[in-house]
Amino acid sequence: MRIATTAAEKPLAPGIRERIRKGWYTFSQNPLSVVGAVIIFLVVFIAFFAPFISPYPEHAGNFVDFDNASQPPGKTHLFGTDVFGRDILTRVFFGFRLSLIMGVVVISLTAPVGVTLGLIAGYKKNTWVETLIMRITDIFVAVPPLILALAVAAILTPNIFNSMMAVSLMWWPWYCRMVYGIASSLKNEFYIQSAEVTGASTLHILFREILPNCYGPVFTKVSLDMGWVILLASALSFVGLGAQPPTPDLGTMVADGGKYMPDQWWIAVFPAIAIMFVVFGFNVMGDGIRDMLEVEKG
Amino acid sequence: MERTILRAHNLKKYFHTKRGVVRAADGVSFTINEQETLGLVGESGSGKSTVAYTVMGLYPSTSGELSFKDRDITDSTKKRSKTLKQDIQIVFQDPGSSLNPRRTIRQILELPLQVHNTVPKKERVDRITKLLEMVELPVDFMYKSPPAIGGGERQMIAIARAMATNPSFVILDEPTSALDVSVQAKIINKLIELQKGLNLTYMFITHDLSLMRNMASRVAIMYLGKICEIAPTSEFFRNPLHPYTQMLLSSIPVVSEQEESLKPKKIVSTGEIPSPVDVPPGCSFHLRCPRRMEICSRIDPVMVTPSKNHQVRCHLFPGAQK
Amino acid sequence: MKKKLLDIQNLEVGFTVYGGYLRVLNGVYFDMVEGEKVGLVGETGCGKTTTAKSILKILPVPPARTTCGTIFFKGKNILTMSKNEIRNIHSHEISMIFQDLTAALNPVFTIGDQLMTAIKYSNFRYGMSKREVRKKAIQALKEVQLPDAERILENYPVQLSGGMRQRICIAMALATRSTLLVADEPTTSLDVTIQDQVLRLLGALIQEKDTSTILITHSLGLVREWTQRVYVMYAGVMVETANTAELFKNPLHPYTKGLMAAVPKLTGEGIAAGIEGRIPDYLHPPSGCRFNPRCPEAMDICKKEKPPYFDCGDSHKTACFLYRD
Repeated sequence: MRIATTAAEKPLAPGIRERIRKGWYTFSQNPLSVVGAVIIFLVVFIAFFAPFISPYPEHAGNFVDFDNASQPPGKTHLFGTDVFGRDILTRVFFGFRLSLIMGVVVISLTAPVGVTLGLIAGYKKNTWVETLIMRITDIFVAVPPLILALAVAAILTPNIFNSMMAVSLMWWPWYCRMVYGIASSLKNEFYIQSAEVTGASTLHILFREILPNCYGPVFTKVSLDMGWVILLASALSFVGLGAQPPTPDLGTMVADGGKYMPDQWWIAVFPAIAIMFVVFGFNVMGDGIRDMLEVEKG
Repeated sequence: MERTILRAHNLKKYFHTKRGVVRAADGVSFTINEQETLGLVGESGSGKSTVAYTVMGLYPSTSGELSFKDRDITDSTKKRSKTLKQDIQIVFQDPGSSLNPRRTIRQILELPLQVHNTVPKKERVDRITKLLEMVELPVDFMYKSPPAIGGGERQMIAIARAMATNPSFVILDEPTSALDVSVQAKIINKLIELQKGLNLTYMFITHDLSLMRNMASRVAIMYLGKICEIAPTSEFFRNPLHPYTQMLLSSIPVVSEQEESLKPKKIVSTGEIPSPVDVPPGCSFHLRCPRRMEICSRIDPVMVTPSKNHQVRCHLFPGAQK
Repeated sequence: MKKKLLDIQNLEVGFTVYGGYLRVLNGVYFDMVEGEKVGLVGETGCGKTTTAKSILKILPVPPARTTCGTIFFKGKNILTMSKNEIRNIHSHEISMIFQDLTAALNPVFTIGDQLMTAIKYSNFRYGMSKREVRKKAIQALKEVQLPDAERILENYPVQLSGGMRQRICIAMALATRSTLLVADEPTTSLDVTIQDQVLRLLGALIQEKDTSTILITHSLGLVREWTQRVYVMYAGVMVETANTAELFKNPLHPYTKGLMAAVPKLTGEGIAAGIEGRIPDYLHPPSGCRFNPRCPEAMDICKKEKPPYFDCGDSHKTACFLYRD
């Protein structure tokens, strides 16, 4: 029996650059995903640098200029102005900020909670733990989102923060369900059983063995969800439950602009296109992410 | 003097499902001595994997005795001691799913070291390197993931993982069934080498009788949860007594005339293998047995010992009617 | 002398993947006459399934690419056939039994649905009525010795055992009365006794219908029992071919010899060491003979030139410079 005597030289670190390159290759196989990625990059860039790149940054706040109100799209105001004389292009740029923040906040709250509960419920299938978690999930799923948000808003004051809470409340169960499905099917895989007989702790099995196998579906869902959350938030703002004036919010802008259709169409149409733009971007990017993270069984 | 390391007596494992009671293992008795290899042969539904997993602790047994190094191990792993977990290891059948595709080889091999803390943290990479060298794999495999390497190599990793805790008893559940012949040869030779070098005892499960002929010191053949015949290898192949054994042996495809002459006369198998939910009454094999008698459909035979160390469970042999 | 049914000449097929181009089939030669049972033996990754799929023209065309070669079936080149002609071939001439049973049968349709669809399409030109199709389906199931054929038609694949499902796939393949049957590892997932039964049955049916068969497998033992002629494949090349009995008595190519040695024997003489090395990386295959890095008898010329076929007796050919005569 050969006894290893050679001291191992530090083996080369994994090719992280190689993995990124391969990831990009898979992602870019679908040209639409690349379009999505470009769109999102653009939107993030705009949102981040809004104060510096918008033509009239002060229009994002309390600003009135009735002389310039309701101008159609033209040279000085690319998207025109609204009834208060505020530049719509600027307000759309700032509106992106709000939308993205809402998406990020909601998903940062709901994904971890939903995923963790799903892992626990799936792994502990056929025990009271699973029953408890999944029935609570069922309750939340059964309530229509908008109604829940309206109810929450009725109790609390309508503002961005509260509407984000409302959206979060009805969002986490979907992560839970998805991960529950994956975890319960993986529970009987040999590598999980191997970890069990080795004596690994439940925490290890949940987060180190099962969770990495959920990355694909979870991150795909995150990408698609960004679009949905933004849409839902816009809907809430549309009914007056989201951002309050004068904060530029895409949904609110569409709502306000709706009153002036079809003569001053630009007040509602441009924010609406902006919403479509960002949601579309996240949707198609989600396909590419799914392809990139798919587990090869070899 | 050979000591018995594992002893099973009338071991039973039943599963209660919606369709009925699955008698996966139905009164299995055997012993394994140190540094020996017991081969367990059988087709689907025979219960060989169930026996292995019960010994491993993946399930608690339903009834019967099971002892390892004279200590009772009828509990499942949840209740077993850490030393026991280190001492009994298993290599699973399908290399595709016995390694987590989302982890690196290093993480996979590090887990047993982490859990049992046999090696301090800074020495772990070293130990992993030695494990990789032991199975003759390049050291830079540490940073790869299972899908990036071939089936044979994955199985080598599974073997390395089993050896990581210095066990004394290793269960090998069809370790090469999914692999090509040339890769299988490498793995089997490595297993034999490791057995000698590390003084291991093996429980080797396979449906490939030719492989068993070259690997096991004793062979037990199972059918629908019961052992039909058990004997030392050369005796088992030279003089198969049970009709099922003869049927199996006559069905295996071989590659030379010489081997053909060693096979028993051709017994054509008929009928489907029944499911362990639906075990026929009397001798579980009687529906497919070419030599069945009237008594076989009524009474289940018991194990008898027609010759030294050679046990068989069949009414063809006197004493089985108890 | 019987006519050549299938004649593959110098077939080269590759796949475009991340990192480059996998040159899998590197000049495949294969032929058979009507009524023959030919075995194609090789290990995982050698290209046997790629060859089979090329014959049926069911390779996904990007990323697969056929860069060279011809596949003549009954005198016409499959590679240049139109879509209609190919469809005709699938319905009436060539059928395939796939390796992966779970993939071959659709879990959401009953056996009856699938079997009758297969029969209906293969008999399109005869225009059978529904009742006739159903009768034929029951007859097909009876031919493969499945009891209670009527009930099975109503079952879903998941309700049946592996052996039964495989027999249904055989029934589906044979019900179409094809000239050529390509069986890709038809019994790998089955138990030994069931495998024996299924192959016995297949053998009888093939005999009865005089169907030519290509049996693709990695099991040398199976090939020895069930075929008349064998091709041994390695890394996209047929390295040796001979009549079955001759191949087992006198294997010539070092790969064939290594393979035979690695098979565990009932004689109990221990297991040979296997073959050094791994199958080649198709992105950068070795130059010359693709087996040379692993060959215990490699010579200088093996690394430089690709060996042609050398005749070594009655129908016995091997692509190895050792036999340059």
